[in-house]
Amino acid sequence: MIAIIDYGVGNIFSLCSSFKYIGADAKLTSDEAEVRRADKILLPGVGAFSDAAAKLRACGMWEVLLDECAKGKPLMGICLGMQMLFEKSMEYGEHKGLALIPGEVVPIAPVVPKDYKIPHIGWNALHFKGEKSPLFKYVNEGECVYFVHSYYASGCEESTIATCEYSAELTAAVQRGNVMGTQFHPEKSGEVGLNILRAFVEM
Amino acid sequence: MITKRIIPCLDVKDGRVVKGVNFLGLADVSSPTKLAKFYSDNGADELVFYDITASFEGRVLFSDILKEVASTIYIPLTVGGGINTIDDFDRVLKCGADKVSVNSGAIRNPDLITEAAKKYGDQCVVLSCDIKRVDGGFRLFAKGGREDTGIDAIEWIRQGEARGAGEIVVNSIDTDGVKKGFDIEMLRAVSDVVTIPVIASGGAGCIDDFVTLFREIPSMDAGLAASIFHFGEVQISDLKKTLRDNGVNVRL
Repeated sequence: MIAIIDYGVGNIFSLCSSFKYIGADAKLTSDEAEVRRADKILLPGVGAFSDAAAKLRACGMWEVLLDECAKGKPLMGICLGMQMLFEKSMEYGEHKGLALIPGEVVPIAPVVPKDYKIPHIGWNALHFKGEKSPLFKYVNEGECVYFVHSYYASGCEESTIATCEYSAELTAAVQRGNVMGTQFHPEKSGEVGLNILRAFVEM
Repeated sequence: MITKRIIPCLDVKDGRVVKGVNFLGLADVSSPTKLAKFYSDNGADELVFYDITASFEGRVLFSDILKEVASTIYIPLTVGGGINTIDDFDRVLKCGADKVSVNSGAIRNPDLITEAAKKYGDQCVVLSCDIKRVDGGFRLFAKGGREDTGIDAIEWIRQGEARGAGEIVVNSIDTDGVKKGFDIEMLRAVSDVVTIPVIASGGAGCIDDFVTLFREIPSMDAGLAASIFHFGEVQISDLKKTLRDNGVNVRL
């Protein structure tokens, strides 16, 4: 069973129906016992970093995630859920993340020319970095996925498994052992996105 | 590099997809769920659903349809129509919408844009504007294009971005339903004053109209259309191939 962490952040409707569509057993939960029993954990998230981090702490999931990851359980973060895997975020002040992957979340605006629109919103092509991650076993170089974000993960070259080009090279996906994340929304990326979720289910 | 988006728009009334010509003379087209699935499978980058129902019963039916559509497609879904309060945002987001489009509701209460952007993020708030030329200027219209607000549309859009809108849909009443091409002049006037994504709507009649749109205004982010897709006059896959052949970056 895949535990989709339910901490009152963002739109999980499509995520739940995506897992259902690919025939995976996924459950929206913030019940500690259930999360600990799960084979894998998925951390969704839309909105502001500090608010999401506070809610993740408030529901008691913060420690549970750290604990379960330390035991080697696969964890995948999506969008803001991915950003929370890093050491810190600079979104409206400085906020601590789960620190499961080295790096920090910084604004896109200073690294792209002024005529580039923020948020980076729409379909952009994936470019794999280093050895191809098992997360991409059903995905080809250059296929497009759907992004919506104004901040990106920086200083995480060693764990970057894919980038996208938006004048600057932005981190699109990361993996460090059993912990991984996508800045884009696989649940909104058509067949390509469903294939990424399939690969996660099969890990 | 980010691709230009092609967005079919589905006007839904009493559970069915309809499309007006100059907003009048609605004609029944098809089942919302079937049409949405068809577009999602055939290369649409996003879908827009407008609820043009006025009755309570129609609205309840729309929520059910929305849930059905959202669990059938795995591309972004924008929902508009009858969005007047934060509760309305909440209602459609819970049914699976990713973005919410505001129009008349924001004209009545501009703070709605700010409140929604704060609660759900800028990326969630799409400001949709029906615009018509009046006395040599671009005038903002309300209530589905029926009412002249007297407000200068360009100024309204500039303020909308400042209030926290994440995207702008520009629907030209002058070209809507006429099928002779997008309103390049109006779209350029809007593009010049905002830095957020702009979606062109109203007037697409053939593939070349999209080529012209992205050639004339390279910063335009997306083209939206309804009837040419619903009636099969233009297949999205053909449209995207032609765009690519003309040097426009699209998702194939």
